[in-house]
Amino acid sequence: MSTSNYHAPVHSFRSWRDAARRYLQAGVAPENIRWVDRRSGANQSQQDLFASGEPDFPPQTPPLDTINVPSSFLEIAPTVACHRSAECWSLLYRLLWRLTHSEKHLLMIASDPDVVRLTRFEKAIRRDSHKMKAFVRFRRSVDDLGEHYIAWHRPDHFILRHTAPFFRRRFDVMRWTIMTPDESCHFDGDKLIFGAGMPRSEAPNEDELEPLWKTYYANIFNPARIKLDAMRAEMPKKHWPTLPETEMIGSMLREAPRRVDQMIQTTNTISSAQSFVPEHASIEGLRLAASKCQGCSLCQSATQTVFGHGPATASVVVIGEQPGDQEDVTGKPFVGPAGQLLREELMSVGIDPESVYMTNAVKHFKFTRSSKRRLHKKPSAREVAACRPWLEAELKRIKPAQILCLGATAASAIHGPNFRLTQQRGAFISTRFADQTFATYHPSAILRAEQTSAQNETASQIRDLFHRDLKAFASHIKAPPA
Amino acid sequence: MRRVSIATTVSSGNFLPATDLESKLAILADAAKYDASCASSGSKRESRGGLGSTEGMGICHSYTPDGRCVSLLKVLLTNVCIYDCQYCVNRVSSDTPRARMSVEEVVRLTMDFYRRNYIEGLFLSSGIIRSSNYTMDQLVQVAKTLRDRENFRGYIHLKTIPGADEELIEEAGLYADRLSVNIELPTLGDLQQLAPEKKRDEIEDTMGQIKVRRDEVDADKKNGLRPPRFAPAGQSTQMIVGATPTTDRDILATSSTLYQTHRLRRVYYSAFSPIPHADSRLPGQAPPLVREHRLYQADWLIRFYGFDAGELTSDEQANLSLELDPKHAWALAHREQFPIDINLAAREMLLRVPGIGERGVKRILRTRKHHAIRDEDLSRLGIVYRRARPFIITADRHPGPLMIDRADLIEKTRPKQRQLMLFDAADSASNGQV
Ligand code: SF4
Repeated sequence: MSTSNYHAPVHSFRSWRDAARRYLQAGVAPENIRWVDRRSGANQSQQDLFASGEPDFPPQTPPLDTINVPSSFLEIAPTVACHRSAECWSLLYRLLWRLTHSEKHLLMIASDPDVVRLTRFEKAIRRDSHKMKAFVRFRRSVDDLGEHYIAWHRPDHFILRHTAPFFRRRFDVMRWTIMTPDESCHFDGDKLIFGAGMPRSEAPNEDELEPLWKTYYANIFNPARIKLDAMRAEMPKKHWPTLPETEMIGSMLREAPRRVDQMIQTTNTISSAQSFVPEHASIEGLRLAASKCQGCSLCQSATQTVFGHGPATASVVVIGEQPGDQEDVTGKPFVGPAGQLLREELMSVGIDPESVYMTNAVKHFKFTRSSKRRLHKKPSAREVAACRPWLEAELKRIKPAQILCLGATAASAIHGPNFRLTQQRGAFISTRFADQTFATYHPSAILRAEQTSAQNETASQIRDLFHRDLKAFASHIKAPPA
Repeated sequence: MRRVSIATTVSSGNFLPATDLESKLAILADAAKYDASCASSGSKRESRGGLGSTEGMGICHSYTPDGRCVSLLKVLLTNVCIYDCQYCVNRVSSDTPRARMSVEEVVRLTMDFYRRNYIEGLFLSSGIIRSSNYTMDQLVQVAKTLRDRENFRGYIHLKTIPGADEELIEEAGLYADRLSVNIELPTLGDLQQLAPEKKRDEIEDTMGQIKVRRDEVDADKKNGLRPPRFAPAGQSTQMIVGATPTTDRDILATSSTLYQTHRLRRVYYSAFSPIPHADSRLPGQAPPLVREHRLYQADWLIRFYGFDAGELTSDEQANLSLELDPKHAWALAHREQFPIDINLAAREMLLRVPGIGERGVKRILRTRKHHAIRDEDLSRLGIVYRRARPFIITADRHPGPLMIDRADLIEKTRPKQRQLMLFDAADSASNGQV
């Protein structure tokens, strides 16, 4: 070895590049350069002291020519130069040397040890930069100039300059500062300004929004699937101190078994009629079981369950909303004023009410008490849903050819919540319960409209439409389509 | 310091809706935790003149102890719902505490969280209140306010309500980066059994509308027009797995059809979790999470590795192996196709070798042009040597015809660390990569 060793202190990618270019042109082989890393040191004055050292060069350096290197190297080199390992400078120079000395395709050979190392370095930087994008937590503060968002973050590598443009693109309408132990970056709405490293104490230590953020974090997590290792792999513990939400992890874990227990325990809570419905019972068996139903709270104040009524072999099922006052007392559906009106109308279109199976979407009377009377109250969607298993069981036994839904509650119990009575009234629709399902007004709508004298006209209009609908329905019963 | 509440989901008989923002957020985030979708990728949005950017790749801003990432503010506008789907905690007959946020509250939360770099954007979904249209309109209002009034440029994912009018879907697509419609359950039979009020037709109609609209935009672009953007990050869906006995074979067939018919970007599989107030028809126990993981892997093989859905399972073996990843299981069942020469084999075949990923294939193709790949190169190329070995021939090694027929090939190639599976599971839940 005749050539002397060159001492090359570098403090940035740019200084490495300038030096590397001169060594390369002077033909200095990689093993003859001792690259000395001068980047680190949070203390600026100390850094200045060292950074002043200049690389030594061979005495006669030829004038600078352009050096041909593949563009893929030029793309990757500045990234790799962010790596904290001092080794990155010699690695880069070795690659540069090989690329320009008959190994033009070196970077294509993914199995070459130097290329493997380069790729590994690059990956580390990409990951670190990605974690900065993810884990910087701005805290809002206000000064003379207005809002100022400040974060303190500790990256593994010298990546602030590399990553700052991302924050600029993302937060270009904010004034912000990111501090790291090595350097800091400030954006004033116009340009990025880089400065010295900062201790964590320089950044604000709270933000009014953090309690809300922690609440969100604590609740978006599913306690039934804890995978701590996976979490730690993606969110390394060293970042936890600057992530306010990680404070919650301890209590989230302590709470988790209890939350899961609750999730499972309440699995059996009664909230619908389902558990009361015997699987293989006839209509009569269902009726008997329904008399003891406690699927929802309506059973508590009503007199009795009003189950469906009519021949179990009926080809037509009529569904109303819920029993009324008289139905509640007698235990039979459609015996009150609305029921009477329905029966008359059915007869007038040639349907014998006794040949039809009549039932309701909800089997218990729901009411409010006024001074002397019990007033009908519309069942909630929750109660309709709770009672639905009965209706489904009835329809499964009877298997009607036609279903007549009276009113919106019955119609949506069959067709689903998106059914619009005003638009889809009077049409035959095939459902999984019957080939021909038909919906019209509930007769009580006519009675209600009649009671309000101002609406007499409306009442007769509804009555006409109701009659016409029933007629259309009846005509299909007489002559079912082939 | 203010007390931070962890949602106590169950307080039976308590129907008073929550009122202050913190408890509303607790309830509405808790209700959103079952949604598997979290991705915020696939969209690019200019940041100029507004807050935020979307740069194609999503960023996970945090991770929770369940190993899943927090990328978007994932909430429900309300967990009140008029439906009664048996697998859903928000079903009308459930006793869960209810809350509803206003459009304004969601907008404010999104902006405030975004400014602090907590999130990439918003993933908004909702229980169905009043009607599909009313609900969809509320969701659209949130997105519209964020874009038009707040100049928000971050990511917005809206859960589309099936059955909502076409005009609302159109509008949603103008503001959102991604739209999704949940298919809910893998088969029509499952849906009828557990969510009879939801209609597969209605769900697929909505997906179809989104697809048609996206096709139109693409066609316009090709013809040199500059149409307004429509859900640039595409559409996705979620299905619940393990609530019914439906097999992986049927599940994968359904997703394949969905990918083809509606040009979906992603199908998310969500292992059924035991939920409060579940119906007695549902299993009390969750299916193993590994199953969800295997489905993601299979899905990935279908989308990017050239596998056909039918190849990964068979009528006799209708479920994926829980023990081996689907590619590995496939290779062991198709030994007659191996070993292959790593220096000669076509890309499609390299992708089928256990232990070689997509990136590995890329490196192999690049490297072998200049230099014959030898055994010692394999691990440097990012190939799992132990697993791939019996299936490949390198420049200096032929595994010999006997190797591939060995009875203990499974033992020889099985992943060493069982522990790794948990890892993989979390990873693949977010990207599905094998
Ligand atoms: S209304 Fe229906 S679900 Fe409720 S208790 Fe009565 S029968 Fe049971």
